[in-house]
Amino acid sequence: MAVTEQDLRHIAALARLGLPAERVGPLVRELNGILEHMAVLQKVDTATVDPAVSVGAVAMPLRSDEGPQIPLARARAAFAPAMTDGFFLVPRLATHAALGTSPDDSSVDDELDADLVEAE
Amino acid sequence: MSASLTPADARFLAMPAATLRDAIAANEAPPTAGVAASLRRAAEVGAGRDGLNSILWSDADAARGEAEALADRLAPAVGERAGRGTGRELLGVPVAIKDNIATLRLPTTCGSRILEGYVSPYEATVVARLRAAGAVVVAKTNMDEFAMGSSTENSAYGPALNPVDRTRVPGGSSGGSAAAVAAGIVRIALGSETGGSVRQPAAFCGIVGVKPTYGRVSRYGLVAFASSLDQVGVFGKTVDDAALAMEIIAGSDTLDATSADLDVPPYRDAALADVPVRPLRAAAGALAPVAAGEAPLAGMVVGRPKEYFPESLDPRVREKCDRALERLRALGAEVRDVSLPHTDLAIPVYYILAPAEASSNLARFDGVRYGLRLGGDGLKAMYEATRSRGFGPEVTRRILLGTYVLSAGYYDAYYRKAQQVRTLVTQDFQDVFASGVHVLFTPTTPTTAFPLGAKSDPYEMYLSDIFTATANLGGVPALSLPIGAVDGLPVGGQIIAPHFAEFDMFKAAFALERALGGEARA
Repeated sequence: MAVTEQDLRHIAALARLGLPAERVGPLVRELNGILEHMAVLQKVDTATVDPAVSVGAVAMPLRSDEGPQIPLARARAAFAPAMTDGFFLVPRLATHAALGTSPDDSSVDDELDADLVEAE
Repeated sequence: MSASLTPADARFLAMPAATLRDAIAANEAPPTAGVAASLRRAAEVGAGRDGLNSILWSDADAARGEAEALADRLAPAVGERAGRGTGRELLGVPVAIKDNIATLRLPTTCGSRILEGYVSPYEATVVARLRAAGAVVVAKTNMDEFAMGSSTENSAYGPALNPVDRTRVPGGSSGGSAAAVAAGIVRIALGSETGGSVRQPAAFCGIVGVKPTYGRVSRYGLVAFASSLDQVGVFGKTVDDAALAMEIIAGSDTLDATSADLDVPPYRDAALADVPVRPLRAAAGALAPVAAGEAPLAGMVVGRPKEYFPESLDPRVREKCDRALERLRALGAEVRDVSLPHTDLAIPVYYILAPAEASSNLARFDGVRYGLRLGGDGLKAMYEATRSRGFGPEVTRRILLGTYVLSAGYYDAYYRKAQQVRTLVTQDFQDVFASGVHVLFTPTTPTTAFPLGAKSDPYEMYLSDIFTATANLGGVPALSLPIGAVDGLPVGGQIIAPHFAEFDMFKAAFALERALGGEARA
């Protein structure tokens, strides 16, 4: 299951990481070098073993979904790169640069179709 | 301020944290004594960028001001205790905090360019608890970027150096905190653990490092790396310093759903000889409590797992471990050979699960809500420009690895398989502790601190965690303490305990530290 350059470009796009062309080859070799050490896991018989889903017996107790708001010492605008009227300001999607034209990029961005993201 | 230490400074720096706070609480020393000495020591050893590079951010004036403000907490009567529950447990004690734990006023950058200049609008529970006990934060410490590394060479702000030998790494990822304690700047520092990031640097720097049980300490305000593994840990110059800090920061927190609602025992009491070794609930037959005056570890069974003592182990490290085991026997413990058969799978499991979780947790660093933003043509270009230039090479590598093992077609072969094998690693611990073993003793690391730049292959660096990542996968507590030195470089011994049995772990550590005495440095 060796990683190919095509695989790398795909996962980099999923992870929103821009990769300079000169890094692609070395990264493919590095990832394959790491993954070859993971092959040992395939030899372990786990047919009757459940995947770990929690750590210890006490963690994650349920509690009522209430309580005071956590006070912030500084307003969001003080540390966000750009805000306006209580919204985080982000660049317009490239596909929206010219409204009415066909998007030239059908990537997985399209669910984010606003240029303002509401602050939590 | 002068960088030269005064004789009084040297006296305060040499004091255990509990002794310093007692002196301040009893008006035998001013509230600023420890903080001023710490700041002068930091200047003397060159803790900043041009020296050890253990400290990334500090504000000396603010720290001194905080210490002065403690005057109103002084004991109303001379001699009044400053111990547990008084709000003066760490009165005037200077502490250092790893740069991935949120602090008000000082930056929290995780050693990354992507958070350069970021100051958190809220404080981590562990930091708030230290301050409530009277501690003063004097520094934020250097670390591998987002805690991904074992040498502190992956920091965007340059590598930290090991104070024992400045040509070598202090370990990582909490290397700055370990170096600050080892250099005598503070007696107590906080770090974080995902695969050994407190114990390994503690071993490399010759100090004590503690990773508590998963759920023992609140993670509210700890920047997430791998959420099923992350824990806040403590460094201490001695076991007592570490136990004192752990007493303060442990305990449930409604702001962290993974924190356990369990009482926190008085860990420092584990040093008392007449405190019995606790009978094991799961053991066949209850053990008799040790009586006062008996060997302090009488009744304790210490497991020696053979997988942590492979043929390839540096014989000089093995020799120090053998000596420590001999001391444990002399203290009354029974040393028993045991096996944790899936130990050698821990690193492959860890380096699938941790990057997978990191790829999700680090998605939030996108230039929208905080930190660096770099321009690009549209939103996607902004994300990619910000993340590719904000993250360093190791973080990029792990995000890609994590995204790969979670992606369609590879999830079952890598991620699900690793979760299944994690179950086996965890079961190893459950089985051995159910067999009547109280704690395990192992080397903390296979080698002593390595030279800067010595490990260029990523997987070779990952193997630094080979004896520590298991405890993170199993969620059990573990502690490293100095047990000797090889060519002047510290060797760490590790004590691993069952879930929430930190008290037994501290008991063994206190007794071993005392029995080794000066041998711990030789």
